[in-house]
Amino acid sequence: MELTLPTIALLTPLFGAILIALTGRRPDLREGVTLLTAVGLFLIIASMWGPVAGGERPSAHLVELMGPGLTLALEVEPLGLIYALVASFLWIFNSVYSIGYMRTLYGARSEGQTRYYICFAAAIFAALGIAFSANLLTLFLFYEVLTFSTYPLVTHARNEAAFRSGRIYLGILVSTSTLFLLTATIWTWVLTGTLDFTEGGILAGKASAGTMVALTCLFFFGTGKTALMPFHLWLPNAMVAPTPVSALLHAVAVVKAGVFTVLKIAVAILGLETMRQTGAGDVVAWFAAFTIIVASLLAMSQDNLKARLAYSTIGQLSYIVLAAAIATKSSITGGAMHIAMHAFGKITLFFCAGAIYATAHKTKISELGGIGRRMPITMLCFLVGALSTIGLPPFGGAWSKWFLVQGTIEAHDIAFLVVLLVSSLLNIAYLLPIPLVAFFGREPQAAADGEEHPPAEHGEAPLLCRIPIIVTAIGCLLLFFWPRFLHDLAALAAN
Amino acid sequence: MSFADHLPLLVLLVPLLGGVLSVFTGGGRVPWLWACSVTLLTFLGALELFSIVTTAGTRTYALGDWPAPWGIELVVDTLSAIVITLVSGIATVVTFFARRNVEKDIPADRLNFFYSLWLLAITGLLGITATGDAFNLYVLLEISSLTIYALVAMGKETDRRALPAAINYLVMGSIGASFLLIGVGYLYMATGTLNMADLHETLTLMREAEGGFNRTVLTSFAFITVGLGLKMALFPLHTWMPNAYTYAPAAVSALLAATATKVGIYMAFRFTFTVFGSDFGFLQPPNSTVLMACACGAVLFGSYVAIRQRSLARLLAYSSVAQIGYIVLGLSVLQTDAVTGSILHIVNHALMKGGLFLVVGVVAWRLGSSDLSALGGLGRRMPLTSAAFVVGGLGLIGVPGTAGFVSKWYLLSGLLSSGHWPLAVTVLIGSVLAGIYVWRVVEIIYFRPPDPRHAEVSEGPVTMLLPVWILIGLSLWFGVHSAGPVALAGEAARTLLGQGG
Repeated sequence: MELTLPTIALLTPLFGAILIALTGRRPDLREGVTLLTAVGLFLIIASMWGPVAGGERPSAHLVELMGPGLTLALEVEPLGLIYALVASFLWIFNSVYSIGYMRTLYGARSEGQTRYYICFAAAIFAALGIAFSANLLTLFLFYEVLTFSTYPLVTHARNEAAFRSGRIYLGILVSTSTLFLLTATIWTWVLTGTLDFTEGGILAGKASAGTMVALTCLFFFGTGKTALMPFHLWLPNAMVAPTPVSALLHAVAVVKAGVFTVLKIAVAILGLETMRQTGAGDVVAWFAAFTIIVASLLAMSQDNLKARLAYSTIGQLSYIVLAAAIATKSSITGGAMHIAMHAFGKITLFFCAGAIYATAHKTKISELGGIGRRMPITMLCFLVGALSTIGLPPFGGAWSKWFLVQGTIEAHDIAFLVVLLVSSLLNIAYLLPIPLVAFFGREPQAAADGEEHPPAEHGEAPLLCRIPIIVTAIGCLLLFFWPRFLHDLAALAAN
Repeated sequence: MSFADHLPLLVLLVPLLGGVLSVFTGGGRVPWLWACSVTLLTFLGALELFSIVTTAGTRTYALGDWPAPWGIELVVDTLSAIVITLVSGIATVVTFFARRNVEKDIPADRLNFFYSLWLLAITGLLGITATGDAFNLYVLLEISSLTIYALVAMGKETDRRALPAAINYLVMGSIGASFLLIGVGYLYMATGTLNMADLHETLTLMREAEGGFNRTVLTSFAFITVGLGLKMALFPLHTWMPNAYTYAPAAVSALLAATATKVGIYMAFRFTFTVFGSDFGFLQPPNSTVLMACACGAVLFGSYVAIRQRSLARLLAYSSVAQIGYIVLGLSVLQTDAVTGSILHIVNHALMKGGLFLVVGVVAWRLGSSDLSALGGLGRRMPLTSAAFVVGGLGLIGVPGTAGFVSKWYLLSGLLSSGHWPLAVTVLIGSVLAGIYVWRVVEIIYFRPPDPRHAEVSEGPVTMLLPVWILIGLSLWFGVHSAGPVALAGEAARTLLGQGG
């Protein structure tokens, strides 16, 4: 095992997890360890930004898993760095938020919290492994580690609903990856004799057009974490988890692991050139377009706030899947940028949803009337997150959507252009009413059963919840004015 | 001749004599200590033999200095060295584990007889692996089988159903052994020899002379295939196995699951490749389709039935039916990577399933039952045992990072590169089904409320957990560091397929 920067970055959350386990009996110390690990990890990863943007590729050989060509190895390249930076940066604020949220709702010593923080660190470990993987085998291994390490988080509540959702979560993610992703990986190995991520792909000239189409479908549908329909049901079901889990994992780490995987496979295994020549992505692109529209329509019909955000995520993820399937430079740039932009926007929205639940114990949108007057900061940040997710300036989401649209134009796919535009309108229709009702609506006076309930007296969310919300909301704004560093990395990844 | 030259015989002689002498060890803990020392000594010898074979190549040993093909010859090549090390190693770990289970299941005045049978069974299994003589193999098979029938029947103290299970096993096993004997007899009729290498040569010469095989040889092949199918519990000849594993004393189930079935598969490899040779007409398509169909049936049927079981031991037994299907599937396509995967899976599955059956042993010792309904809330009360089950279970599914993934990888890449898509899909569906039967148990262990009858149960003792985690830990270790095993299994596979090496 080579102890270079990528290895150190990968091992940091693992050591963090061990320390968390050892300090489990003292909540303050345990959560201090979590925060320190998160900050340290971000600094380590950020230190790789300069070299990678300058063309270096820090790498490390971990173990020879099965023999020549089948090794566990790391290599940091721009696309993976974007994903790692986003995941590790948001882990810091998500940890702050977790502390506020879990203590407000359950108290510091409630059962299972040590397990919660351990699994969180393990999930970040797996996400980094995916981001830095140098070959498809390493990626597949960490992909499965991520699935299993997040299972205890999804089922954190340990009740009937939690374990039913956990069953769907594992069932869909494990069976798609076993049936399709593994098959595609081994097929690639049999065809080419290598699994290393290589610029320009490894399949050029080694697979017929039909094989390319089949492989693309297997890879894209096998990556169940992209929540591409019809394999999307695990995502809304995973919303049974505590909100910080939904926020970091189901808006950032897990789902972005999925779209990162398909982008990476398009760029470094299938090859953009080869994909365009063989039309390999066409089938998947139509599924993605379908998912974008249908998920937006489904989001509109959800009254549960987290469920609406979940369906919104499904739609937004398919933007990136569509980008990978179209396989032009601009679309890949846009897809890579959208990993970061959507992460900031969506985590803000989830944070707000959690803050509302922790403070006012409300989960339904129909109950949110007037809540903006009690929680002005939270709902203002919600508005920011919503606008960024829709893709309106002056928020970060505008840039990624710009490049995604440009990608569809480059590929002369007017149909997909229309899909993107229609979906933006749908985004407005299902996201904007929430802050509007919150600020201008009337507080509900009577509950559904007709009994009179005086509105619960409450103010803003707890401080530890509010800080992360403000930070990520400001992040959305900053990413609009300074998108340069992100765009440069994304453009490097696409070339 | 130096000491090392006698090793092929010594690894058989030590447990054989140890087994006989075990009768005189009296009672208390002495028989167990004796069995532990004997298996450990055997294992050390096997390790030494393994390192000699892997560096210096195949070892042969002429018993009583009678030269082959007249005398009995022991032949230890790479595949036998792997299986001998595996069997003696797992036997050592399981023997160390067995004390508490055996004290609970077997009357105190019969412990010496129990361990005598135990060691003789191990002798038979090791002998099958070491011998290069077809008839000698049959004799050693009977030694191991007869002792194992008796060991299974000893489960009667806790559950009377062990007796019909043992009778069923006895009848089916004897039919299998008789078929094998008939097959070997026909071979002797046709060729006049019993030495495996000599058989192969004579058969090849006969085929070249006659332009094909005569009916005697074909009949012999049919008898041997069915006989071995019975012995290794290949679907649809597996019916004796689930009951035998469920009602045998827990320690015996672990020994059987990890070693006896593996030796059955080893025999199939030996006869298929070493005696008949991979270019034998019956192994080529379309005839090999029969074997493939049985293997696919095993994978799908075994996994499906495992999902519906109410007892952990039975669930694992049906899972074994499925996993044997994987191994035979790799054998049936006669492709290097697939056979490599099969050989790897013999080792990996032995480690995982051995570990899992030891988990059953711990649970049965603590709870007095391995019914799934009794396992509720086990995750909190026996955390280390439960974690061992989860890790072993992940291995059965073939999650990357476990040994099960490595064997599945080679099996699948062999199947895909030889264009056997339907078989590959069967393997993948089998993995998903494995996910279902494993996770069903995981959910019960971690999410179901504790059974009030077992509310006070605590974690098992260290002397039981240590063996469990040795096997489970090894299956994890070989999941990450498998370059060595892969190279070794690849070499064995190439030798078997006659591609040199």
